[in-house]
Amino acid sequence: MAKGRVVFEEALCKGCALCTTACPPAVIHMDTSRSNSKGYHPAILIDPEGKCTGCALCAVICPDVVITVYRQMAAAA
Amino acid sequence: MTADSSQPPGLQAIAERITYQQPDSWAGVPTHYCPGCTHGVAHRLVAEVLDELGVAGRTIGVAPVGCAVFAYRYFNVDFAEAAHGRAPAMATGIKRVLPDRVVFTYQGDGDLAAIGAAEILHVAARGENITTIFINNATYGMTGGQMAPTSLPGQKTTSSPFGRDIEMTGMPIQMSELIAGLPGAVYVARRSLHNVKEINKAKKAIRQAFEIQLQGLGFAMVELLSNCPTNWEMTPTQSLEWIETMMIPAFPLGDFKVPNGAKQS
Amino acid sequence: MKQLLKGNTAIAEAAVRAGCTAYFGYPITPQTELLEHMARRMPELGRVFLQAESEVAAINMVYGAACTGARVMTSSSSPGVSLMAEGMSYIAGSEVPCVIVDVMRGGPGLGNIAPSQGDYFQMVKGGGHGDYQPIVLAPATVQEAIDLTALAFDLADRYRWLVVVLADGSIGQMMEPAELPAMRPVHRPGQNGSDWTLVGTNGERRPHVVNSLYLEPVDEEAYNLRVQQKLAAIRQSEVRFTEDGADEADVLVIGFGTAGRVAQSAVRNCRARGHKVGLHRPISLMPFPTDRIRQLAGSCRAILVVEMNAGQMVEDVRLAVEGRVPVEFYGRMGGVIPMPEEIEARIEALADEGASHDGR
Repeated sequence: MAKGRVVFEEALCKGCALCTTACPPAVIHMDTSRSNSKGYHPAILIDPEGKCTGCALCAVICPDVVITVYRQMAAAA
Repeated sequence: MTADSSQPPGLQAIAERITYQQPDSWAGVPTHYCPGCTHGVAHRLVAEVLDELGVAGRTIGVAPVGCAVFAYRYFNVDFAEAAHGRAPAMATGIKRVLPDRVVFTYQGDGDLAAIGAAEILHVAARGENITTIFINNATYGMTGGQMAPTSLPGQKTTSSPFGRDIEMTGMPIQMSELIAGLPGAVYVARRSLHNVKEINKAKKAIRQAFEIQLQGLGFAMVELLSNCPTNWEMTPTQSLEWIETMMIPAFPLGDFKVPNGAKQS
Repeated sequence: MKQLLKGNTAIAEAAVRAGCTAYFGYPITPQTELLEHMARRMPELGRVFLQAESEVAAINMVYGAACTGARVMTSSSSPGVSLMAEGMSYIAGSEVPCVIVDVMRGGPGLGNIAPSQGDYFQMVKGGGHGDYQPIVLAPATVQEAIDLTALAFDLADRYRWLVVVLADGSIGQMMEPAELPAMRPVHRPGQNGSDWTLVGTNGERRPHVVNSLYLEPVDEEAYNLRVQQKLAAIRQSEVRFTEDGADEADVLVIGFGTAGRVAQSAVRNCRARGHKVGLHRPISLMPFPTDRIRQLAGSCRAILVVEMNAGQMVEDVRLAVEGRVPVEFYGRMGGVIPMPEEIEARIEALADEGASHDGR
């Protein structure tokens, strides 16, 4: 399965957590240990096992266009 | 394609492609909408469609009065700010004078179904070649959660604190069904924004609605069942569930008018 | 070459000749012929005509079309103009140019279809909410209605502002010999200045927004200051009036539109009987000829204001006169047009008695 990753433009995130409900491998979490510049707990990727596939379902549900989604094209040799 | 410079050590640089990024027509600024408000999703879908159709450079949007009053901040297209309910009339003025531009209105349920009921009915009756995005969240969000024409029976709002009394105020208005009854309306669809699958379907409907305009076929409207976590007093996640369990029964999803008059539900 | 023209038709054709690109309106007596003339002429010329579902819709269609820089117009009468008040405020709140014709009738409420001047306050003082005043031009003849309608479009574009042509039902309905101007080139969208019009970015510039919303009070005040500066410039340059023997008058009669025209007859008749009486007829009601009236108050002994309302313009006269001489009022309401004899009687009473402090 293709590997992917997501990057959050943290200043835009409002901590609504809808992305966490949409992520199939559940690798998105709200970082309750800190707040962003607006005072929200931002969404972060915690994916030690590389489960993100770059499916972009998180980006589809995100109301604030916070997320850029990358997907690997092919593993390097 | 970008080489990923943040890969954990030990992995070689891997070619990537972007599968999702901010649309060009999206202004890329923080929005004033509440956390989890699907206005943001609806706006984003419109921006994506305008980019995919390649029409952003000749698009003029008309913003409503309501939470989306600042819609003009969020799109890289020319925008007019209408009086409450009057966006379809403004859009008519613009489209009649500049028929080759893409003109759309973006309206909430107070704007479209209450004060603007005459204006939306008549653009549909005239078959005005514009596109309307109708955000139905069963409440008046901007002013703090009053009853809307689309509020559900028994729904508690700040102007129906004991629950909407159908005897006194009638049933919620199903605007898509109403507008579909007018010959000039050639595409009328209701979709929902409560999960990814429905959001993807909503985008297709929005794209179809703009394509109708590009083909010069008449009036197209997409009603989007949306949330208002703040005034519904729910978390964003709970509010999406409320759309699914409470709003869809009252506002069934489907196509109420498609081109060539074939009706589908 | 002069032709016999009905006022409403003449105003409509004057707009067409001035390059009006789009007309949106709604039927209402006594101006419906204006709409009907546009319904035939605009499509004939490949321009935009649409009968809206209401005056509310019509003024908002005007607002939209005006955002593109097109020369755009609507017309109505008093009850319809009340419906347009909201749209006028939004138009003023975003500085887009347009022309609005109000063919006044009896009121308030449904009133009647006879001519009156009951919308002076409404039109001159703004029409809708907030601090603004349209330019207001008041014809008294069909020829003036033609000339002022053409001028209205020029002033609207020059100042990026809304201009009202304030006529009444008798001007709208009467037929008089008048001359129409030659056809002028049509102003296509975008010609009014590309730094604000909504025509599509073409991917080449930042988006334009036409908006009347300024949430921050300091921003809203800055907008209002800009509007006030615009109005000051208009007051400086666009005052218009006509007079007959005003400088030599003991009794100065002031009236606009049809009331001014009837007053002209009364003034002539009184002068023929040996009275030193003159007429000042404002043609621009906004800007009001304040300075000129203040000046005339220095040479006359009394002023008689004649209107077809309960006394509206008289307040602006009193403000200009600042108490220097008595200002009397004579008015008929409800669509009744005063006859010269009625005005003559009041003039001669004033002339005989000297200063009189009764009246409004």
